[in-house]
Amino acid sequence: MSLAETPAKSRPRWTTASGIRALFRERPIVPLVGLLAILVVVSEVIRPGIVSPNWAGVMVRAAIPLAILAACQTMTMLTAGIDLSVGAVASMSGFLVATLVADTGLPLAILIALVAAALVGLVNGVGSGVFRVHPLIMTLAMSLVVLGLANVWQLIRVQTGSGVPSAFRTLGANMVFGFLPLSLVLFIPLAILVMFLLNRTGFGRLLYAIGDNPVASRLSGTKSWQVLIVLYVISAILAGIAGFLYSGLTNVASVTLADSALLPSVAAAVIGGTSILGGRGGYSGTMIGALILAVISSILSSLGYPEAIRQILFGAMIVFVAAAYTRITSD
Amino acid sequence: MSTTVDTAMESPTASRGIFNRFIRRNGWTLGLLGILALLLVATKIIQPNYGPAGIQGLAISVLPLALAAVAQTCAVLARGIDLSIGSMMALTSVVAAVLMDERSEGFAMLVVFGVMLLGLVLGAINGSLVVFTRVPDIVVTLAMLFVWAGCALLVLSTPGGGSAEWLGQLTRGPLLSDWVPKAAVLLIVVVGVIWVPIRRSRLGLSLYAVGSDPVAAFRSGVSVTWTKIFSYMLAGLFSAMAGLTLTATTGIGTPVPGPYTLLSVAAVVLGGVSLAGGRGGVFGPVIAVVILSLIRTDMTFLNVDTNLATVAQGLILVGVVMVGSLIQLRRER
Amino acid sequence: MTTSSTGYLLEATDVSKRYGAVVALSSASLQVKPGEVHALMGANGAGKSTLVKILTGGVRPDAGVIQVRGSERSAHSPAEARRGGLVSVYQEPALIPDLDIGSNLRLTQTPVEPFRDWAQRLGLGDLDLSAMARELPLASLRIIDLARALAIDPDVLMLDEMTAALPANLTETVLGVVNERRGGRGSIIFISHRMTEIAAVCDRATVLREGETVGVVDVADPDSADRIVELMLGEIVEDLADRDELLTRGRLDPGISPRLQVKGLAAAARLRDVSFDIRPGEVVGLIALEGQGQDELFDILAGSERPMSGEIVVDGRQVSFRHPADAIAEGMVFVPADRAEALLMQRSVRENIALPFSVRPRNWGPVPRGREKPQVDGAVERLQIDTRAQREVRFLSGGNQQKVTIARWVAGGMETLLCFDPTRGIDIRTKHQIYPLLRELAAAGAAVFLYTSELSEIQLACDRAIVMFNGEIVAEMHVADADEVTLLRAAHNLKADAALPEEVVAAAHAEEDRIEEEPSR
Repeated sequence: MSLAETPAKSRPRWTTASGIRALFRERPIVPLVGLLAILVVVSEVIRPGIVSPNWAGVMVRAAIPLAILAACQTMTMLTAGIDLSVGAVASMSGFLVATLVADTGLPLAILIALVAAALVGLVNGVGSGVFRVHPLIMTLAMSLVVLGLANVWQLIRVQTGSGVPSAFRTLGANMVFGFLPLSLVLFIPLAILVMFLLNRTGFGRLLYAIGDNPVASRLSGTKSWQVLIVLYVISAILAGIAGFLYSGLTNVASVTLADSALLPSVAAAVIGGTSILGGRGGYSGTMIGALILAVISSILSSLGYPEAIRQILFGAMIVFVAAAYTRITSD
Repeated sequence: MSTTVDTAMESPTASRGIFNRFIRRNGWTLGLLGILALLLVATKIIQPNYGPAGIQGLAISVLPLALAAVAQTCAVLARGIDLSIGSMMALTSVVAAVLMDERSEGFAMLVVFGVMLLGLVLGAINGSLVVFTRVPDIVVTLAMLFVWAGCALLVLSTPGGGSAEWLGQLTRGPLLSDWVPKAAVLLIVVVGVIWVPIRRSRLGLSLYAVGSDPVAAFRSGVSVTWTKIFSYMLAGLFSAMAGLTLTATTGIGTPVPGPYTLLSVAAVVLGGVSLAGGRGGVFGPVIAVVILSLIRTDMTFLNVDTNLATVAQGLILVGVVMVGSLIQLRRER
Repeated sequence: MTTSSTGYLLEATDVSKRYGAVVALSSASLQVKPGEVHALMGANGAGKSTLVKILTGGVRPDAGVIQVRGSERSAHSPAEARRGGLVSVYQEPALIPDLDIGSNLRLTQTPVEPFRDWAQRLGLGDLDLSAMARELPLASLRIIDLARALAIDPDVLMLDEMTAALPANLTETVLGVVNERRGGRGSIIFISHRMTEIAAVCDRATVLREGETVGVVDVADPDSADRIVELMLGEIVEDLADRDELLTRGRLDPGISPRLQVKGLAAAARLRDVSFDIRPGEVVGLIALEGQGQDELFDILAGSERPMSGEIVVDGRQVSFRHPADAIAEGMVFVPADRAEALLMQRSVRENIALPFSVRPRNWGPVPRGREKPQVDGAVERLQIDTRAQREVRFLSGGNQQKVTIARWVAGGMETLLCFDPTRGIDIRTKHQIYPLLRELAAAGAAVFLYTSELSEIQLACDRAIVMFNGEIVAEMHVADADEVTLLRAAHNLKADAALPEEVVAAAHAEEDRIEEEPSR
């Protein structure tokens, strides 16, 4: 049988068109970092002198909570799912801690918030995994429930948006040496954990497997409902942690604090190369994606462009990048 | 020559077979109507003075969301989804408000048509991107949600503009009888004039075909590409009309999209339209919208916090989809 | 002028099509005369369906010329092809499940009266047009599809395995209709595996092998069937095992108790009552015509579906599987026919092979690379999988993909290997690597149960053959007795000396034709 397969190319040749495509496909992080670099240059061009270690630190500090939320999306998108409840869960967690800390002390408040988040994740996981409800719907519905419950809680507690604990404020907003965000202390281990989970554990392999081919996974013995329940619980807990950082960063505790971060979290994952259809992607790209979004926001504000332009550019960028990925990976 | 055919065809009374089939095919919608009837009764019990005024209010609040639900249905039937509906509504609403502001009533009529055209264009852009970039519709429409929302902000950075008087008149008040709100009539007319003819045409059949089985549709000679684009254009058109009703009922344009997108998806699912496409119609989602709104109203009457109403809506959605999925799974066994 | 200078109604020359690394057609050609019924034959994966899809606008060719009545025609969509008079009736009916029949007709702009006439002629006279396509059985849908095509009186009608899902009486009707159209204005391209049907209704046959046209045979010739088989198989004919070697197979120690015992297994519809044993060390082959219950049987054994009644006994213990994981826990592993069901297409060979290792929650932790690598590498080595530069399994050839599927269980360990049509659509060379592999695995202690749609494979790979018909086992034999003719007869549930129904029909038609032709001579 004449199978004209492409001959072995162990090292992609950067200069040829197919070599560049291979690069994009196999190491998507390279062009992403390239894009980031270009954006940094653009920032400098627009406002000479703005690029500095402090500026970089501010970018990273803004990107960190987003990157954590985007981790939730990355992991769920790998299974061809999505988690639209992360915004509500993040807001709720920050809010819960702010309203409880005065009475229960910080550690207990954190625990309660994370347990509440985990419960939401559990419902999401059961709905998606056992009842086979489409994760889009399931997490969407839960976001409504969480929002409503958070509002009710707010009424019960009367005191609104009180005391974001100082620990959060420090962790979320402080900079060390003027350019290193303190939240890196939390984020770096978390990022390492997520990447380890995805790349080096059986659980991570199963995420990719379920997204790539649920039938094959099942035939190989995977009980996907188990995986999905654990997945959505992890996602919700991560969202809760992101919520702490958000409330610390902005010193606001409200039930809708992180809602505006929901869609950017999906955007960061998509830009980072994770396919919403499942089976392809990873966290390293997502982190760069979050940084890219932060830098774009910064560029737009220094250009004095209104919020409107930022949104339009966000949207256009997502389509463009996703189209490029689709084209490249379907070869 | 006997062949294995549907037993319904062999039943002695064909009329009973047709009746059974009607129940089977429209079971979900009938169930919804039943729930609606129960709710209306409950409402009357909770609030004995619930009368024409209440129905009026209900109709007006339902109108934009109902049209949004119809828009979403058009996209979902062809196996797609449109997460940008809320933004398209905002954009068309502010465009209408800005153009109609301090202009003649006659000009306003032009504006209405122009905005509907705008909706078609927005939908065409959405659809073309979905089809030609091959990026999943969730991602594309999510991105366009940003784009259209940004455009809305460009047109009007804060709520403002105006609306023609006759447009508002179209939605407010009763028609003929106190019990018949104009808003309801408007909804029925709009959907009836646009959707019903399409549904019966070959174009409508193509929509269902593509949603039900794209390969079989292709082999039956349907152009899957153009059908999908058309489905998004319809979604855009109905979103534009929803935006117009927003401007009409509030008198101004608001550039910030409301929760319409999420709620339209909820309405579609609750309305018995399969997210996989090919099944269902607009009737179910519209009833679902009325049910959701009525629940909210009832909770207000019961002095229950509206947030609990939101929780209730979410829980209902969760419960319904879980049960629906379970039924689906059982059926597949 | 109705035909080209060459006299053909339809002419396809040098058509080629690839899908990535897989060549579906390399140089296929076809010439169909007006009024003839032309058979298109070839083994699975030879390219028949692809060629038909190209001709009727479903797929675009990479190269090649297609002419209808002498003028070049290129159909970019089924709608266009339809307008040009080329219509196809595929194996999966092109009816929209959620629309009723009437709407389906409107969708394709099929005239209702002619359709009704044809439906009547084909045996569906009391068809209710308001019935949903989803509610009708497959056989009815296929007939409706055919009636729809005939209603527009196409120039070229393509029938892809038309009789595959039909019961005997409908098959007879369909063949009758096909025969009637002979000599008319239009032509028919008839794809089928069934030699006797081809003998009954076709004039000529074009044979494809591995994407190329290798010959055209006049069906009326006395030894046409042999010639066709020869063309389909190519030079491998002499590779068939010789009888002496076959006799040495299956010599197992009678003291060995069966690994797998199936008793009275039944499931909805097509599986009625199946019982058989498989012992470790033997390769048992299952033969059956399409739709005799073999799909259900394998799904149950793999743990994917549950039986309605009956027992499965593994190593003397009765088991009940609720999920493939349960079957795998008992050492029963499954290699499905459709590689798209078995492989993670976007993942690497390594990940695909190692998949079962991560499945259980206790293995969700860090992957023990040190332990895993030798097992995976060993399997790759053993199956000679070509992993050069292919990061994603979807870029591998069909044969290599199939090897990866098997490698998964070689690495993961198996006690009973279930293979459903493992060599479907695979090149010859790889096929001949898989057969000895299966025997080796058996020799190493596995019990291998294999379903195949290619009769010759029994003698190439198995110790024993069992034959299924209508949901029951109707024959069991030692491989030495399992030649193709015997198997085919058994598959039709006939005793050795009875004629096949198709043969009877063919004989009857041949007799008719002879009588008709006499006056004109």
